[in-house]
Amino acid sequence: MRLAVLDRGHRLRTKALLGIIRLVSRQPVVDAVKLAFYRPEFYGGGPLTNEAMRGPSAWTIGERELMAAYVSKVNDCPFCVAAHTATSNICYDDATAAATLADLDTAPITEELRATLRLLGKLTRQHRVEADDVRAVLASGVTAVQVKDALAVGLVFNITDRLANTFDFEVADPAAMEAGARHLVKRGYG
Amino acid sequence: MSDITELHRALLERILGKDATAPLALRRAAYDNAGLGEPIKTLIDKVALRSYGVTDEDVAAVAAAGLSEDQIFEIVVCAAVGQATRQYAGALEALADVTEDRGTR
Repeated sequence: MRLAVLDRGHRLRTKALLGIIRLVSRQPVVDAVKLAFYRPEFYGGGPLTNEAMRGPSAWTIGERELMAAYVSKVNDCPFCVAAHTATSNICYDDATAAATLADLDTAPITEELRATLRLLGKLTRQHRVEADDVRAVLASGVTAVQVKDALAVGLVFNITDRLANTFDFEVADPAAMEAGARHLVKRGYG
Repeated sequence: MSDITELHRALLERILGKDATAPLALRRAAYDNAGLGEPIKTLIDKVALRSYGVTDEDVAAVAAAGLSEDQIFEIVVCAAVGQATRQYAGALEALADVTEDRGTR
């Protein structure tokens, strides 16, 4: 973690809470959790992320986790790729995430999701998309509401990836990342 | 449909509000990725456009220029949210162009 305050600058009550999390999970607290608990009255991105990832949507939780992993790959964010590949693996119960990140064109996913990931990928890589890019997604059978929901996922991970990269989140060992993934799938981001 | 509108608006109000340690003008410039001098400019431009390229030295240079860790935290959050918000708003515009048929065909 590049800023010491994000590691050790939490208020006493929050430090106690982080200690309980360590005790109960029997794992070190991952950097994303330390960020979420640091001055939440300033950033506090949890509820926004939770609504995008767990709010009502025609996209499943697994599909949204895969969107998060894909956007994170385009942003070259090792922490978020690892975290959301782990959550996707729980949701899909196979290696769909790895295949999707390796080659979107041949990944074993629906055409609707493939077209949507293409849109999110272009938006993330080039910072903008055109009406024709959106038309291509709608032509695959995705509704306008689904596009909007996917763009919300894109928003929160274009924020989170930048913070994870800039603050240099450490990719924890696989057991800690899996414990974090199980928590995110079961309880969300709130 | 998930509805992030209010949560997104509240986030912008928090990071561009009064309860912060960095001056509002600096947070606003970081959010816009515009009008910044060195070494803050380099750090913020990387956060916005190539965050994988941020180095220890980029952050150390901003600290050496006199910003506290809390101020660095704040301007980095502003830069990340600002760039992501511009992308999101642009994509929503593109979606509206298509669904409202605003003559872009």
